[in-house]
Amino acid sequence: MSLVLLLEQVLNGVQLGVMLFLMAAGLTLIFGVMGLINLAHGSLYMVGAFAAAAVSGLTGSFLLGLAAALAAAAAAGALVEMLVIRRLYARDHLDQVLATFALILIFSEGTRWLFGSFPLFLDVPTWLSGPVALPLGIDYPKYRLAVIAVGLAVAGALAWLIGGTRLGVQIRAGEADREMIAALGVDINRLYTLVFALGAALAGLAGALVGAIQSVQVGMGEPVLILAFVVIVIGGIGSIRGAFVGALLVGLTDTLGRVLLPVIMTHIVGPQSAATVGSAVASMAIYILMALVLLVRPSGLFGRT
Amino acid sequence: MTRKGWVVGAAMMLALGLTQASAQDSALKVGMITTLSGGGAGLGIDVRDGFLLAVKQAGVPIDVVVEDDQRKPDIAVQLADKLIQSDKVDVMTGIIFSNLAMAVIPSAVAQGKIYLSPNAGPSQLAGPGCNPNYFNVAWQNDNLHEAAGAYANSAGHSNSFILAPNYPAGQDALTGYKRFYEGELAGELYTALGQTDYAAEIAQIRASGADSVFFFLPGGMGISFLKQYADSGVDMPVIGPAFSFDQGILQAVGDAALGVRNTSQWSKDLDNPTNAAFVESFQAEYGRLPSLYASQGFDTANLLISAMGKADVADADAFRAALKEADFDSTRGAFKFNTNQHPVQDIYVREVVKEGDVFTNRIVATALRERGDAYAADCPME
Repeated sequence: MSLVLLLEQVLNGVQLGVMLFLMAAGLTLIFGVMGLINLAHGSLYMVGAFAAAAVSGLTGSFLLGLAAALAAAAAAGALVEMLVIRRLYARDHLDQVLATFALILIFSEGTRWLFGSFPLFLDVPTWLSGPVALPLGIDYPKYRLAVIAVGLAVAGALAWLIGGTRLGVQIRAGEADREMIAALGVDINRLYTLVFALGAALAGLAGALVGAIQSVQVGMGEPVLILAFVVIVIGGIGSIRGAFVGALLVGLTDTLGRVLLPVIMTHIVGPQSAATVGSAVASMAIYILMALVLLVRPSGLFGRT
Repeated sequence: MTRKGWVVGAAMMLALGLTQASAQDSALKVGMITTLSGGGAGLGIDVRDGFLLAVKQAGVPIDVVVEDDQRKPDIAVQLADKLIQSDKVDVMTGIIFSNLAMAVIPSAVAQGKIYLSPNAGPSQLAGPGCNPNYFNVAWQNDNLHEAAGAYANSAGHSNSFILAPNYPAGQDALTGYKRFYEGELAGELYTALGQTDYAAEIAQIRASGADSVFFFLPGGMGISFLKQYADSGVDMPVIGPAFSFDQGILQAVGDAALGVRNTSQWSKDLDNPTNAAFVESFQAEYGRLPSLYASQGFDTANLLISAMGKADVADADAFRAALKEADFDSTRGAFKFNTNQHPVQDIYVREVVKEGDVFTNRIVATALRERGDAYAADCPME
């Protein structure tokens, strides 16, 4: 394996990681601030992708599609928070899991009613399609570079929002002691709706960005949701910084595992079964990583002990 | 007797009358278990619609009980028990995915039910595990991949990179391709089932120096792969089975699929009167173009209808013999059953083209003529 190929794969890993971060950030924020396990986060990702596909199909503009994805997912998130989730904060996690699982089913069948059972079309805009030549002779798709840039920009903006604004102070305070911040006169209901809508918008953005290079179909959110949970467990539940580091770790482990493990397996089990065994081990790699992290740090890399 | 009692009594009499009426009516009862929700629902919907269209056109007395398996083997098994024990169906059909087929079919045929497969053709049911009650009206799972291998030879490809998901049908796909393909392999890769990001695989394809790519990635996996492949700037020819290029998903792939060669036993431009009438009436009935799955559902129903004209389903031996004759007009043209009751049929190479605004396929070559399958010799039936 050449160095150039390896570097290209590292870029692929970073791109996957950045994508996962957009999902995991919302999930970890909602858990951190409200103590809520939201299984329906994957549905909001799907809502974003479908909104982007529908709007860019109608208008022909990818950017309008992205805006629609953000708006639709945030609106769906706020609506769900006010109608359903608000009743669950005081309940235990099992009730939350049951209720948000029901939301997955409702979102999936609702989307099927609206859009039908066949996948929708959403493509990379022409000004971002095709590869671009990077140093060292790497040809890398422009769109994936753009995704990395958007993801990093969102990570920076989130860090500023949480660390440098009044809203961020309220969010952090809400995490630490929700009774106290309510007593200080902050409208906790509004804050919760806002945080939920923010998390939903990030998931919707991820769905729209990924929808352009993958397939926009009912049920697309659930596999990503599982990865996002792995990310926040590794990073430490409730920590945005943990979600970022965890997402990059998972993205790199998954991508490099898929590439390197079949090669390594050739030397262990021989070329005959290397492809199947390597692929099987590669699909376990991130879970092995999670187990190792939990072994050393039971509350995750940046979790509060 | 109170007034309420009269009402109940009248309702009971009415119900009795209804049961008698349905007992006299000698409609053949078909139990269809297929995938109507979740990922993969498009396939089941097409099979169902094709089947019901044929029943409607023939105007014969067939009751179809349709059930949704949600692509889950445990649910499919429960539905099969319900159809056999409480609905008392005569014939079963509908399953799309091989893992569900393996969970349902062996037990259903052992209970004496006739099963007509409109899609799945796992190798386990084609060789020593074949059964007189099991008829496959689609293909044996390996067939389209074998055709892709044969086509790669005739197209002059001699260094293929091949990939498929790491599950039984994926391994069968690569085995099927290699059974006919004579060139070298630039690489052989198994991906995770349900994987949606193929950046790592595409980078390996680019670096491998291959002259062609064969892939089997059904449903959403294929959409993702094709879009990412087109965007990566790698431009060596791609070959795949029809599953990634059916009418339902081509619109979601868009320009990325244009010109790609794929293998299929059916195409909407196959030149025979049955097919022309099928394509036209399907479009008129449902407002969309049929996929190969719809053609398989349509053929399955017509096979069943042809047998009903010759024998009574109560006489199992005669009914099976009538089915085995395959005396119906298939949308595929020539169609007959092999000794293992799987099809012997031509398999074509299609090219993805754009007709107006709609992406579809047209036939460009015949890959295999009168192809049976590799397992028939191991089937003890004659």
